[in-house]
Amino acid sequence: MRDWLIYKTFWDLTVTGVALGSLYALVALGYTLVYGVLRLINFAHSEIFMIGTFASLITATNVLGVPMLEAGQYPYRTGFQLVLILLACLLGSMVLSGAGAVALERAAYRPLRGSGDQFGAVVLAFVTAFVVGLVFFDTPKSNLIFGIIGTGPIAWMYLNIFRRGRQAPRLAFLISAIGASTAITEAVAIWGPRDREQYQTPRVLEKKTLFQLFGTDIRIDYVIVIIGALLMTTALLLFVNRTRLGRGVRAVAQDVETAKILGVNVDFVILITFVLGGVMAGGAAMMFTLVYDQSKFNIGFLLGVKSFTAAVLGGIGNLKGALLGGLVLGLAENYGSALFGGEWKDVIAFVLLLVVLMFRPTGLLGESLSKARV
Amino acid sequence: MSLSESLRSVTSGSYSVSRLGEALAKQSRSVRWSFGAICILALYLLPWWPSVPVLGWIVETPGTSFPSVLTDQVVIFVLVALGLNVVVGLAGLLDLGYVGFYAVGAYTVAILSSQHANLPWLLCMPIAVLVSMIAGVILGTPTLRLRGDYLAIVTLGFGEIIRITANNVEWLGDSRGISNIATPPSIGPLKFTVLDAKPYYFLGFTTILIVIFLLRRLENSRVGRSWNAIREDEDAAELMGVDTFKFKLWAFAIGAAIGGLAGSLYAGKVQFINPNNFPLQLSILFLAAVVLGGAGNMWGAVVGGALVAWMPERFRGFADKRVFVFGVALVLVMVFRPQGLIPRKIRKERWLESWKPSTEADLGGKE
Amino acid sequence: MKKSTLLRASAIAVSLAFVAAACGSDSDSDSSAAEDTVASEVTEDTAATAAGVTCEPVSIAFFGALSGDNGNLGKNIRAGADLAVSEFNTANPDCQVGLVDFDSQGDPAQAPALAQEAIDDASILGIVGPAFSGESKAAIPLFDAAGLAIITPSATNADLNDNNWKVFHRALAGDDKQGPAIATYIQNTLAAAKVGVIDDATEYGKGLADIVRDTLGDTVVASDSIDPNAADFSAVVSKMKDAAPDTIFYGGYYAEAGKLAKQLRDAGVTATLVFGDGVKDNGFIEAAGPAADGSIITCTCADGASFAEFAAAYTAKFPGETPQTYGAEAYDAASAFLAAIAAGETDRAGVLEFLGTYDAAGVTKQIKWDETGEVAGNAVYAYKVEAGVISVIGLIE
Repeated sequence: MRDWLIYKTFWDLTVTGVALGSLYALVALGYTLVYGVLRLINFAHSEIFMIGTFASLITATNVLGVPMLEAGQYPYRTGFQLVLILLACLLGSMVLSGAGAVALERAAYRPLRGSGDQFGAVVLAFVTAFVVGLVFFDTPKSNLIFGIIGTGPIAWMYLNIFRRGRQAPRLAFLISAIGASTAITEAVAIWGPRDREQYQTPRVLEKKTLFQLFGTDIRIDYVIVIIGALLMTTALLLFVNRTRLGRGVRAVAQDVETAKILGVNVDFVILITFVLGGVMAGGAAMMFTLVYDQSKFNIGFLLGVKSFTAAVLGGIGNLKGALLGGLVLGLAENYGSALFGGEWKDVIAFVLLLVVLMFRPTGLLGESLSKARV
Repeated sequence: MSLSESLRSVTSGSYSVSRLGEALAKQSRSVRWSFGAICILALYLLPWWPSVPVLGWIVETPGTSFPSVLTDQVVIFVLVALGLNVVVGLAGLLDLGYVGFYAVGAYTVAILSSQHANLPWLLCMPIAVLVSMIAGVILGTPTLRLRGDYLAIVTLGFGEIIRITANNVEWLGDSRGISNIATPPSIGPLKFTVLDAKPYYFLGFTTILIVIFLLRRLENSRVGRSWNAIREDEDAAELMGVDTFKFKLWAFAIGAAIGGLAGSLYAGKVQFINPNNFPLQLSILFLAAVVLGGAGNMWGAVVGGALVAWMPERFRGFADKRVFVFGVALVLVMVFRPQGLIPRKIRKERWLESWKPSTEADLGGKE
Repeated sequence: MKKSTLLRASAIAVSLAFVAAACGSDSDSDSSAAEDTVASEVTEDTAATAAGVTCEPVSIAFFGALSGDNGNLGKNIRAGADLAVSEFNTANPDCQVGLVDFDSQGDPAQAPALAQEAIDDASILGIVGPAFSGESKAAIPLFDAAGLAIITPSATNADLNDNNWKVFHRALAGDDKQGPAIATYIQNTLAAAKVGVIDDATEYGKGLADIVRDTLGDTVVASDSIDPNAADFSAVVSKMKDAAPDTIFYGGYYAEAGKLAKQLRDAGVTATLVFGDGVKDNGFIEAAGPAADGSIITCTCADGASFAEFAAAYTAKFPGETPQTYGAEAYDAASAFLAAIAAGETDRAGVLEFLGTYDAAGVTKQIKWDETGEVAGNAVYAYKVEAGVISVIGLIE
């Protein structure tokens, strides 16, 4: 029964695999950047991606007023309008994802590094007050009000009891990340207007076939994803390798103490790292909604796991490795599911990882952000 | 003492449960023994706690059966946390796929006692422990040479591979799962029937006691000291003549065996398992339990496991919101008590106390 | 030092109190908590006008997901049961029946403890549920041992009935009826020469798809599974595009069906899409958008909204809502238990016996169970999606 020969669909699988791989790669960049600088698996990065998909949805429907698609109605008349709409969505995703990443870093990680500040204290205090409010109130509104009132005193208390100057153990970072990830996911699931149901994003772009290659239809959305991912990765590489701030990032990745002595503002560099990761995830999120037209509170989880796999596959801490790992993983999953059946997709991904690591223990391109020089 | 100072001392662990232990250690042997005996007796009577007049509300689980929660969740989580603590807390290996071993244990019992044979549970259980141990060795042999976070993602993948394989292979019951798994044999008045969870609790709790006893022996032995050395600085340990690979493999195998033991108990209790019982999220929850309690401290693992299993059932009334609250609580505990609720006794242990972003001797040793 | 003595003293005190209390209430001590639940459920004063039947405070229970990822399905079912119970309570002021919720989140790991709690609550005479097949397998052995009758309004998995559970009843036909009907429909009505079959590798989806595969035999030209958690199904889509079937059957739930339908249409696959009952939900229309048009959905469930009287009562009780999938079946299931209570059955054995001889007109069909607990008749309805609305097009012969 099973089609063991995939030659008939090979090019089809290649195109979709590269597109999927590009999304993996963009999210993987976020993992790899943070890992390179902090040696931390940023488990909540997948939720930053999830926030990005919702940002794109909100930008399109609430800000731009794009209607949900009834057959054949597209919200643009000229190509220029289309480009503007797409860019607005992209900007919305990137801004919100970047902001989310900053909030995450300040609230869930920085206090653990022993340099908790007001911002983190306020975020944590608000969430604490909100949770306490859940005991007494039942409506989101009164919860919010209670949360805002409670924020002040609790934040003051938190500022006083932050463990300044003391590094927490690494596992604590990981668990804090897991906790943040859970809280963000559940918050969207509980207080989102559609509860745990799937959300539809409006179809901005008509998925026309642009041209044919080896007998395969090349669709415009795939082209946008692939080119977009390449552009964003190139921009990131240039930033890290050519700018002053990028040099700071590399310096911190190499040796925190020395970087400090040489006058690098480590906290700022770490912040920048999170912003970069968030922006990349935001870009990936916008393109994701472009192709799949949907989002859900838990959409980040599996994609995050896969992207982290891609980052390790390519060599964690290595930006080009993330790109390569993403593409390899996307292709392997597509070819593999065609060969063995879609139910084995994840097994294929993990077995590939295992095999690669057995022969190249630090991934395809080796690790270390600090060595990623052009 | 000002408010903020006292708060700080609470969160930084000045008041901790280990104080109780210190105070006890100063007492005479007979006081210690009787204290221990009373504790153990009290814990054996735990299933009846919700019906205690004034204090019952503290532990009761509204809307669900407390003894069943104890056996299905709390005992299992405590056992799993003990096993994972060997891997993560003692040997310092980050394992994100521990649910895989738990599943192997449960599935071994299910297959041998229902799906393909009719062996009694008492025979299946040791086989399950052995099979899980072998699974640990099979996974560990190629992967334990990897360091730190590479191990994390590989183990995570392993857990998923086990689940998906169980879901898709007909021989393993596929997505339908396996029913009619054998229960433990009756011992005198203890009858393991479908409708009474208490005997399972006594069995589970006794198992926990035995595991704790064995682990304590192990921790204070050469193996335990080697794990300590590996966790602190793998290269230094290697230089000092510790066969790091061998001891890491031991940690993995022992951890896997305890996970398999938990799985076999679970399968014997619920008599039905399917792949949905072993999601990836459970691995993460297991790890959270260990670290929340205090990685490296057996009592911490016990408390963490019990809390993580029991709290969602205690606060069932909050429905969906309890998961959100759990996430927030994890962050807050890690921010203010990064060593966990019951931290390990600190003996200038670098790994736990002062990790710096790019120092090399952390979880996995040198990157 | 002082502090530690204090701690120790309190620890000992607590454990002593605990021992004493445990000795005091030895055997049947679990019922106190359970009675509280009932008391709060049955709030109506029974001293009202004398009409209808009289009974001791009893209750029936809903068992299924009310929160978590599958919460919506459970809420639909619970609403149907709730309607039946409140109608009964209005008609019989001297016999107030409570409805107790057991929210399993559809998780087989939570099911046994919840089932145990339901069993320990002596006032519960019947269970409407469990809603899903997995939790059913975990919970029904307990109900079976306790002799507590269950009527599931939604678990259609064929092999649920292989276990000889005497308490098991189903308010609708199982997948062993639905699967062949789907195959018949594809073969006869759609006259398909080439069929593609996809499933989601879950118990429900794969179970149903396998029956369809077996019945259709050689007409199936392409077959694959998807991972329901994934967002991208391009490998499966490529395969279907290549095999170019006239009809594609997907066994699975509505969220993935929506994503799959969209991706198939985007790739230019024009085959008629056929789905099982798990897709009969407005969520499918929302997820698939225009891609849903023309799809066929089969269900052993009847269209709740098409029974005017039931639909009107439903909307009166839940303003602004219409009966959703399995709501009518849940109503019928609860009604069967309520009939048993009205007939004066006061214990679980009596209720179970009553169900064995029950034969009455329900909202959806004549409700009468054979000795295995399967409902008589094997009606399978076909629905069609047109312009974003799922409407019934008739019975499948």
